[in-house]
Amino acid sequence: MSKIDPLALAGAKSKGKRPYFLDTDVERLTNIVLVLAQELAVVRERTDTLERLLEQSGVLTRQEIETFTPTKQQADERGAWTQEYLARVFRVLQQEREALQTQEASSEEVADELAKV
Amino acid sequence: MSSLVSDKPKADPARPYDGPPDYRVVGQHGMYPQLSHDEISRFNFLAQMNRHLSTQIMPGVKEAFDARVEPKFMAANGRGFKDRHEVRKALLKDPIFQWWSALRRATMETRQQAGRWVTLRQADQLNAKAKALTEHDQRLKLNPDLPLPRYVEAIDHHCMPGSYHTELTEGDVTGPCNYDIGIFATTGGMLGRYNDGGGQAIAAWVKEALPDLKPKRILDIGAGLGHNVVPIAQAFPEAEVVAIDVGAPMLRYGLARAKTMGVDNISFVQGDVSDLSDLADESFDMIHSCMFLHETSYASMPKIFAETHRLLKPGGIVFHVEQPQYTPEMPFFEQAMRDWDAFYNNEPFWTKMHEVDLDSWMVSAGFERDKLIHGGVAAVVDPDVFPQAAQDTKQEDYGRKAAWHVVGAVK
Repeated sequence: MSKIDPLALAGAKSKGKRPYFLDTDVERLTNIVLVLAQELAVVRERTDTLERLLEQSGVLTRQEIETFTPTKQQADERGAWTQEYLARVFRVLQQEREALQTQEASSEEVADELAKV
Repeated sequence: MSSLVSDKPKADPARPYDGPPDYRVVGQHGMYPQLSHDEISRFNFLAQMNRHLSTQIMPGVKEAFDARVEPKFMAANGRGFKDRHEVRKALLKDPIFQWWSALRRATMETRQQAGRWVTLRQADQLNAKAKALTEHDQRLKLNPDLPLPRYVEAIDHHCMPGSYHTELTEGDVTGPCNYDIGIFATTGGMLGRYNDGGGQAIAAWVKEALPDLKPKRILDIGAGLGHNVVPIAQAFPEAEVVAIDVGAPMLRYGLARAKTMGVDNISFVQGDVSDLSDLADESFDMIHSCMFLHETSYASMPKIFAETHRLLKPGGIVFHVEQPQYTPEMPFFEQAMRDWDAFYNNEPFWTKMHEVDLDSWMVSAGFERDKLIHGGVAAVVDPDVFPQAAQDTKQEDYGRKAAWHVVGAVK
């Protein structure tokens, strides 16, 4: 049985000090975004394979996909999914907005307060 | 008034496509790992990403250099650039260079992770396969006591974790396997089905330049996993070929890979090419290196040249394939761009190697100046499937283009 753990080792650092070209936080985020872009392309290609295979086996035609019009019910369900999705993605901005409405103590302050005898 | 929104899509617009082929055209030799649909898609994305960077973003670096980097430098200093390092340091302050560089580095690191995932998840199977193919085979000659040259030990070349030499477990070949399967992504598919466009080009060049050469013994120094020496061994099937490298995993994988491709005239020998005292004087008709010298050092280069001189038979040929040297005719901007891999892709000696006069070094090693050879080769690939490097005028990738210079000598 192998002791090699791909999860730990696939992303190992190469020896040598890493150069940064941008603000380091921006560059870290850029690296994360690049991989998300890669994974989107991976999913897109998989969907494309799926469509072509379905078409090949006569299940549907890609023309049907292009001209698909959801019913009112289907469109509502999809719209609801998209709203939920965006709410998840932009949670941090929602919370920024909520924070504007209140004056709140930090946990450090609360801890100190709760430690008062 | 016609509606802009048609409910019937038009036929696929016939946008002419020129770019990397699908990864599945890559040749599946017997040491190839299993790749899932998603793993292949990652390499497709990365090949396209590199292609996008070199064709769509990198030209902007030159535009920014002309429009603002150079004028700003001249205004501030009252003079032009005096060397490539000044150019590079000025470029480092420009947003287009910064973003191109950040994305290029990120793409390389992402490519390493993508390939390592493939090979590490099936490490046991790959290592067992290599063992079965190489165990007791006299053509694999390893030397576990060989000290690692500083130029290999100091840094992992081209951001390849573990470089050429690291073994994660006994008999490990996952490193070279990762290197092999990802070359497609790094070059945007420019090196052909078996990453052998360079070796094929060399073989074709030798046959044209020296039609009478019928080498009996060929030496490849710094052979790596042998992707360049395999086509040479195929081109000279009667020859006995020796491929030398310091990295045991590369050699182990190299022999296994070559065997599954039906190539049986190569021995893979672990050695430091600055001291090949195990090999007899004047025992080779042809010695070459392919994209190797830039990964060595000033201390080892004269020894390498001297060893090649000693090992060559009279009338034999030695040559080294590299990207072009930084001659005074090459603009500082181009030199600075070519230095990118040196400073930002873990190829530190690249910048130093490319500034020396290789002819003089060869002469100092004993070769006669009037017997030096210079040439140029471009990757030979199946043009129906792969973009052709030589004709690809859109992709000047400053150091990564699949077209090279040859410097060598006849003894």
